[in-house]
Amino acid sequence: MLERKIARHGFALIATALLGGLFSATLVRLAPGFDSDEAQLDPHLNSQSIQALQQRRAEQHNIIRFYFDSLQRAVSGDLGTSISLGQPVSTLLRERLPLTLRMVGLALLLSWAAVLALALSAAWARNGAYDALATVISGTLLCIPAAVLALLSVLWNVPGALAVALIIFPRDYRYARNLLAKAYSLPHIITARAKGLSEWRILFWHVIPVAGPQLLAVGGVSVSLAAGAAIPVEALCGLAGVGQLAWQAALARDLPLLMNITVLVTLVTLLANSGADVIGHMWRGQQA
Amino acid sequence: MSFWRRAACALLLLVVVVSLAANWLAPAGYAKQYREAAGAPPSHEHWLGTDEIGRDRFARVLYGTRVSLLLAPAAALLSTLLAALIGGLAGYLGGAWAKGAMAVTDLFLSLPWLFLLITVRALMPLNVSPVVSVTVTFLMLGLLGWTSAARVLCSTAGSLRDSDFVRQARASGIRGVRLFWVHVVPNLKPVLYAQFWISIPAFILSEANLGILGLGVAEPLPSWGSLLKELEGLVSIGEEPWKFIPLLLLVVVVTSFQLVLSKPDEAAA
Repeated sequence: MLERKIARHGFALIATALLGGLFSATLVRLAPGFDSDEAQLDPHLNSQSIQALQQRRAEQHNIIRFYFDSLQRAVSGDLGTSISLGQPVSTLLRERLPLTLRMVGLALLLSWAAVLALALSAAWARNGAYDALATVISGTLLCIPAAVLALLSVLWNVPGALAVALIIFPRDYRYARNLLAKAYSLPHIITARAKGLSEWRILFWHVIPVAGPQLLAVGGVSVSLAAGAAIPVEALCGLAGVGQLAWQAALARDLPLLMNITVLVTLVTLLANSGADVIGHMWRGQQA
Repeated sequence: MSFWRRAACALLLLVVVVSLAANWLAPAGYAKQYREAAGAPPSHEHWLGTDEIGRDRFARVLYGTRVSLLLAPAAALLSTLLAALIGGLAGYLGGAWAKGAMAVTDLFLSLPWLFLLITVRALMPLNVSPVVSVTVTFLMLGLLGWTSAARVLCSTAGSLRDSDFVRQARASGIRGVRLFWVHVVPNLKPVLYAQFWISIPAFILSEANLGILGLGVAEPLPSWGSLLKELEGLVSIGEEPWKFIPLLLLVVVVTSFQLVLSKPDEAAA
């Protein structure tokens, strides 16, 4: 049963990632001005060089053929060359991925530490004013555009990871608070509280088994949120990560780079969601 | 209706009315330059000071609010209609149609929203007139923002397809578009209304993000995004605090939307 679920997730993951790549490649190909290349305006180039540039563009005209050729090359480790930066895409990704992974990982850690601390303390305190204060803080953060938080992080000289954490915190907090509040209102947990069980025992024995799989699913979604938040933070804070690379690729209409980043982002998002789903499924299976 | 929800509704109404009165409150317009007073602090003539090329910031905030507050609902309407058409129809038809529509929806949802917006916006020409840029920005929000609602609508329409009253209508000879339009769509209305109102603050924030990243509404037309771009050059918050007025207004408006949309018990909290 579990193997079938994992296989189904794996198939959906690969199919969606491939479709995501095709989708981005098609969009770039159809975009106005695709055929123009600034390099052709260089007065130092002779007619042969300009013809070579035109031929390179012409190879990308049939989008399906171009996409499948790229896939074939990708299997052997060649992800193509960035048109705007003139470097192999694999090199660019290898150079920039560690920074983004570190930032996103730290942001998720910070955000979830804050989410769990606030949501649990609100559930334990059972104080309307405290809960309202936590809701107001997360609600206010939710109303500030991600790019403004990125700008403020530059202004206050705050690390990018904290900016990403502040962007994803309010979204996660809302779900986590509601899930924990729902779990704490279950009859058997109210009974356990009435019988005087310690809050930690209630949390680990009664609340986490109920709310855990759903919290895990929210955790999976927050990876996607963090990946999205990395774009404005890296672009505006001048951090040389994949988010900034995506931004530069989009502005320069760099087809190979944009296509590879889309596949990478889709894969990361789907892996996080599928991973959370499969672990949640295993967790529920163990309980049953 | 709680006090906070009523207050939020009143505040939203006030902001909309004031922004609609921009022509009377700031007759000089948003593009007029006061070159002798470029980068001036707030004064009697310019309540919120002027920007770096001497345009009155108060006028720009008023006109920018109008652009964002009028076009975000238009984009929300478009995305809601698309969600109803794609999600509702797919759910109603069921089978391969529903699976196909949900596969497309999953594809859109697998990409982070901001990444999708930036990619698609960057593919459009960037050097365009302000009117074209504002149309492209909000049209794109409407055309890409339907996916999560389509999922909900697909499942709602799917459950309606097998409901007793739809079966009865089918048995009495009503088929196709008429069955969908007369019996299914009216029952999707609560979801559609909710989706419409949820989309407005989301689109306002998305436009602001795009504007700050330089992919939103083109100059000289103001929007909250382009007004917030001014924060990029700040060295400290205390230096020119009036530059934060557009951000404050944006937060107040989006918070008001959140309060109006929240459940009564949440709004009371």
